[in-house]
This record gives sequence, C-alpha cells and structure tokens, in this order.
Amino acid sequence: KFASVESAPPIEVFALNKAYVEDTFPQKVNLGVGAYRTDEGKPWVLPVVRHMEQKLAADETLNKEYLPVLGYEPLASAATRMLLGSDSASLKEGRATGIQCLSGTGALRVGAEFLAHIGKHSIVYSSNPTWGNHSLVFLNAGFTSYRSYRYWDAAKKALDFDGLMEDLRNAPENSVIILHACAHNPTGVDPTQDQWRQIADLIEERQLFPFFDSAYQGFASGDLDRDAWAVRYFDSRGFEMVCAQSFAKNFGLYNERVGNLTFVAKDRSVIEPVRSQITLLVRANYSNPPNHGARIVGTVLNDPVLTEQWKSHIKTMADRIISMRLGLRERLEKLETPGTWNHITDQIGMFSFTGLGPLAVDKLIADHHIYLLKGGRINMCGLNTGNIDYVAKCIHEVVTTTQE
Amino acid sequence: MSLISSLKIFSPSSLNTTQNALSVVSSRANSWWSHVEMGPPDPILGVTEAFKRDTNPKKMNLGVGAYRDDSGKPFILPAVKMAEAEIAKKNMDKEYSPISGSPEFCKATINLALGEDNEWTKNGLNATVQGISGTGSLRIGTAFLSAFFPGGKDLYMPTPTWGNHVPLAKHAGLGVKQYRYYDPKTCGFDFHGALQDIAKIPERSMILLHACAHNPTGVDPKPEQWAEMSKVIKEKKLFPFFDMAYQGFASGDIDKDAAPVRMFLKDGHQIALSQSYAKNMGLYGERAGAFSLICSSKEEAAATMSQLKIIIRPMYSNPPVTGARIATEILTNPSLRSQWLKDVKGMADRIISMRQLLRSNLAKEGSSRDWAHITDQIGMFCFTGMTPPQVEKLTKDFSVYLTKDGRISVAGITSKNVEYLAHAIHQVTK
Repeated sequence: KFASVESAPPIEVFALNKAYVEDTFPQKVNLGVGAYRTDEGKPWVLPVVRHMEQKLAADETLNKEYLPVLGYEPLASAATRMLLGSDSASLKEGRATGIQCLSGTGALRVGAEFLAHIGKHSIVYSSNPTWGNHSLVFLNAGFTSYRSYRYWDAAKKALDFDGLMEDLRNAPENSVIILHACAHNPTGVDPTQDQWRQIADLIEERQLFPFFDSAYQGFASGDLDRDAWAVRYFDSRGFEMVCAQSFAKNFGLYNERVGNLTFVAKDRSVIEPVRSQITLLVRANYSNPPNHGARIVGTVLNDPVLTEQWKSHIKTMADRIISMRLGLRERLEKLETPGTWNHITDQIGMFSFTGLGPLAVDKLIADHHIYLLKGGRINMCGLNTGNIDYVAKCIHEVVTTTQE
Repeated sequence: MSLISSLKIFSPSSLNTTQNALSVVSSRANSWWSHVEMGPPDPILGVTEAFKRDTNPKKMNLGVGAYRDDSGKPFILPAVKMAEAEIAKKNMDKEYSPISGSPEFCKATINLALGEDNEWTKNGLNATVQGISGTGSLRIGTAFLSAFFPGGKDLYMPTPTWGNHVPLAKHAGLGVKQYRYYDPKTCGFDFHGALQDIAKIPERSMILLHACAHNPTGVDPKPEQWAEMSKVIKEKKLFPFFDMAYQGFASGDIDKDAAPVRMFLKDGHQIALSQSYAKNMGLYGERAGAFSLICSSKEEAAATMSQLKIIIRPMYSNPPVTGARIATEILTNPSLRSQWLKDVKGMADRIISMRQLLRSNLAKEGSSRDWAHITDQIGMFCFTGMTPPQVEKLTKDFSVYLTKDGRISVAGITSKNVEYLAHAIHQVTK
C-alpha cells in the first residue's frame, strides 16, 4: 500500500551527529547538535535536577495521573512569571497566561496552530537564517505562506538591521513575525536594545503580530532578566503576543520536553476563551503533556532556594561558553587567521555563525573530523580546554587553504 | 456579550473609572482575539467537577477512565516502581531522544503487540515510532495516512467510538465516517450491522478498529467474529488501523488481548497500529505510546520511517523519555516483565470481579433486567444501557457520577461501594 512512499531527505543536524558518532578518529570534535557539554565534553545533568528527581522519587504522595490538558499549573504560571518578570503589568492585570507544552517546539506548534486556526493568520516570517524547524512547524500548523526577513549580513558578519527593517516594513498586515528572544539560532547575533525599540515601533505601525521564540533564557548571558529584556520590553509596550519557552537548555532537560507557551492579551476577558480553544487543539494533538519534567521545573521555579541553585548552574554554563568564545577568538587572532574574528565574542548563546563557507566546512569535516553544519554554525558547547587548540588550528588551516 | 460584562466596572461618578472602562472597551477592540469564543465544555471533566463539589459521603465517580485500586486510589504498579529504581541506579542523561524515540523502546513495544518472536519485526517490516501515548500515536498515524494513504481519505470508525477519535482524525485532515458497532437492544456487538456496513465501505478506504476493550462500550467481537471481519475487510481491500490502548488490561492476558491484531497480520493485511502504556502500565501522565506501520518490505519500512520523522519533528521534535524508559526497562528485564504481567492481570482481575459483583448485586436487589452485558463486556468501561433520564436520576438522587451515555468506568467501583451502586442502579431502572 505504501510502496510509493519515498524516503525523505535526512535531517541535517541528525545526519551530522550520526556521522560524528560513527567516526573513529580519536581527536574528532562535535560542533553540531545543540546541547550543553562540560569541559570534559560530557552531557551535564544539573545537580538541582538530580536532587529534584530523588526528592520526587521519595515522595509517596505523587502518582502518574494525567496532567490537565493545559499542563501543570505551577510550572506554567512560574514559567510565564520567569519570562515576563513579576513587575509585568500584563501579569498583574491577569492578561498573561501560560500553557505547558512539549518543550520549545511543542510551544511553537501549539501557538502556531492557535494563530492559524483561531487567529486566522496565514503568513509567517522568520529570520534568514533561522532554526531549521521553524518553517515546517508553522506550515504544518496551518500557515499558508512562510517568508524570511533579512537578518545575517555575511559580509559584515553582523545583523543586517536595515534589511530586517525593510522586509518587516513590506510585510502584509496580520503577518506573524517570529523573533528570537535572545541568543539567535543559528547566528548568535541579537539586536541591540535600541534596535529592538525600532523593531517594536515598526511591528506596531505595520500591525504585525510578534511571536517570540525563547529557547535560551538565562543560558545566553547567565542572567534570566537580561535575556528576557526584549520580551519584557514588548510586554511593557502593551503588545499582544505569544512566546514559546523551552527548558531544554537552561534546565538541561532536553529529553523530558518541558516547555511553556506564554500568551499576552490586551484584555483579560479573552484569556479564558483562548485557553478553552487551545484546550481543543491540544486534545486533538496529544491530549495532555508529560508529567515528569514539569514537576522538576515547576517545583524548582516555585522554591526560592532551589531557584537560586538553578541560577548558579545557568551561570556556570553561560560562563563556560563565554570563556570558549574568548579562547577561540584569541587563538585565531594569535594565529593571524585571515579575516576578522570579533564576531565570535560579539555573538551570544550556544551557537556561533563562524562565517566559514561550504568548502571550508566540508574540509573541516572530511580532513579534520570537526563536525559542524553546512551553514558554518558551530556549537560553542562542543569546545573545551582539551580541543580548543586543535579546532583553532584546523580553522586556521582550512581558511588559509580554501578559496570559496 | 463580553463587552457589556466588562463595562460592569463603569460608574458614571468617577472620571477615572470612565477612563478605565474606555480603555477596557478600546483594548477589546484592539485585541486580536476578541472574536474567540469559549469552546464547548469537556463532558468528562464536567462530571469530575460536579463530583468534586458533591458533599455526599457515598458519592462515586464513574466518569474518568483511569484505574483505581480497591480503596479507590490511583495505583502505581509495583513493576513501575521497580523499574524506576533500576533506572535511577543507571544515572542516565537527559540528552535528546531520537525523533522516533529509542530503538529499544520501539522494538520492545511492537514485539509486545505482535509477539516476541514475530516474523514481521524479525524481517524488519515494521516502521515503529514513539508517540505521546495513545493520542499522540494516533495523531502521527492519521497525519501519515492523510499525506500518504493512496486510497480514500475517509477513516471509518465504529459507532460509538472514543470521543477524541473524531476531532483528532479531522484535525489531521481525514474525513470521518461510521460503521455500525454497538447494539443498544442487546448492549452487545451488532455483528451483522457491522459486517453489512463494512461491506458497503468503498474499496481502498481506511477502517479504525479497537483491538480490545472497546471504548466506550466494553463490547468486543468474539474471535470467530474477528475472523469474519478480517475476511470482509480483505475482500473490500480496506486498510485496518488498530487502536490498542488496553493490551493486557482487558483480559489480563497480553496475547489474548492482541489476538485480533496478530490475526489480521496472519491473514495478510498490512496494518497501522497505535499502542498506549497509559492504562496497562499506569503511565498515564508520562505519555508513553507508539505508532507502527507494518510494511511489505524493509525498504518500504525505511522510507516510511523517514516520513514519520518528518511528521514528528514539526510537532515536538522528539518524545519525552521518562515513560518510555520505564516501559523499556519493564519489557526487557525478565523479572520486571513477569512482575508487570502479574500487576496487569491484577488490575484486569479486579475489574472483572467488580463486574461480577455488580451483576450479582443487581440480581440480589431483585432487578428483573438482564444485566449479562455487565460481565460480557470487557475492559475499563461498561455501557450500562441506562437512558439519560436514568443517568440524571442516578447522579441527582445517589451522587453517582457518570457520562450521559450511560457509560461507567468499572475502575471506579470497589468492593466497598458496589452494593450501593447496585442498589442505586436498581432504583433508577426498576
């Protein structure tokens, strides 16, 4: 019956990871998949998470019953509060609400389905480049047109702000605009505060709808409030908006799929109808979200002591990444590798858009067993004190011997 | 209308209040969502809410479909507790699962359905992916069929069927049609009606089948009836999509409960299959399940897998691990597996004995009605045959809560309240 089903093209980041795993070269380096690694190159289960799991396991009052359709309320409300800040007017006025979702992707999908089916939006914009899955999420959710706004200036290795503004200015009314809240994936380049103000002005003027993707709050700068500045700014301007939040990176809970969809309205009276419509969408998709990760995050965020512990873990991760950025830039500048390398420390978060072209990338993989995405994106977490010299040396080697 | 209700705060004497009211009006006018209507209330949730408000100490909640022990409490399976302890010892990481879930989980799950030594997984003919419990697995399956099924895009469902089947299938882009199933006259299976309707389904359509413990009726075809259905479905070139949410939980025997699925495969059908661990492992909130397609070749299975991943990634990227790890640990660890088989038989046996007690107590009450269907039916639910007015009376006079269609969750019955329930049912039906 399904003889005609063709094999789909492999998804790049997973194919890359597979190739890395199968490589037997002892000095291989994985700068592909976006997960944190310690300086020993190992995954890190946060101590506060381990502590919570032990606590949950010992708690005889807990069971495995279904969560409500919209999720574990202590998690959802704490996550929304963490995003908007306890000073948020929309929060205080009951105009903001949270819905537990299946990590960031799940929150994007639920938000996108709501905006398409109920909000009747049909056009969505994301940055060029953007996270590889954005387009499919929105198109599968019911959007009919996926478009890009300029973002990365390859020549300057910086934000193409004029291009961005021009493209948003030309976006039709009601278009949904995906904005990376911080630590833009894949470039690591974020707008400045002044640029955010201008973006907000334009979105307001052109009657566009802001959809924030916040996958790195706390993980980018080490400071939860700092990383939420853009979202909070839009909130203070009175925008209606949604924000998909992920706890995959900042809690290291990648495979537990913990996320939240924050919804900010102009009027509190729309909150209940919106929640009831989202309930129908969730029910038709997966009924209710998973329990385990929600209890971990929900408990920590509602406990001041555990929250402080968690914040110190985030700072550890962010600081290590920042030190790797410094280290890589220093080495490349010391080697006098052609080109400028300040973008490595100007950029923020897990990823860096190195500016390396496809030929250089191919060489890094084939000749040096250093795995990165075709577009030149590297995961800073893949660097550590043990391999940073090797990586710098190889980047120098391919840049000096490759004509793109 | 909500604009008016939001003006309740308006008081003409205060300018400040006027400004507030005006800003409320204008904020609704400027809102993207002032047109959003309240969705219909969830009927089952409504039952639970009403139950919670009731102060009658004898109240019973026979609405929600989750297992309860003989004290009316949620039950964490001993095998699950043991599995969790084993998993904790392993200090596993939190790295992303593959999009399709762990291969170990998928293999253990399809082998549970088809038998440990089945020829289909041995020959690599299955494309199996982890799904968000049963619902999520159905959602993946319907999305795949909507995109790739080469025949008609209507999914034929039994009447009645699980309430969520219809919106889920429609949401995936499929049409929904019905075939007769439940006979309200007998509270049993309308075998001839089903066969007649199935024979009328256009060739190359899809048909949804509840593998065991039909939800909501508890009415299952007998093995010889399944054989007939298999024959007709094959003759009509229909594609069977099995929803198996209760393997082991229905009869207490995992092989017996999966028999229809295995029969169809032996009869040469290619099938789709959705599985859930919510009930049979009590893993409700951990969302562990799987969707499988049994293909005609390894290459077909591989191509299908790649397309299933393309469907999953834009939904939620990759599945939650905790429930899947527990299921895997249980199924692959021999002592845990045999513990689990005891646990699931224990649950099934308790439900079967509650059915027997309810029926015998109704007889003791002096009921002259035929209540054989209570013990003929199987699984979590029982379609009592009570009418909506009778259901209303049962709730109002006796604080017994159930859905309007007369469906009761047998899991909500205990040895301590079964007599009360029989008494109440007799009072409203005599």
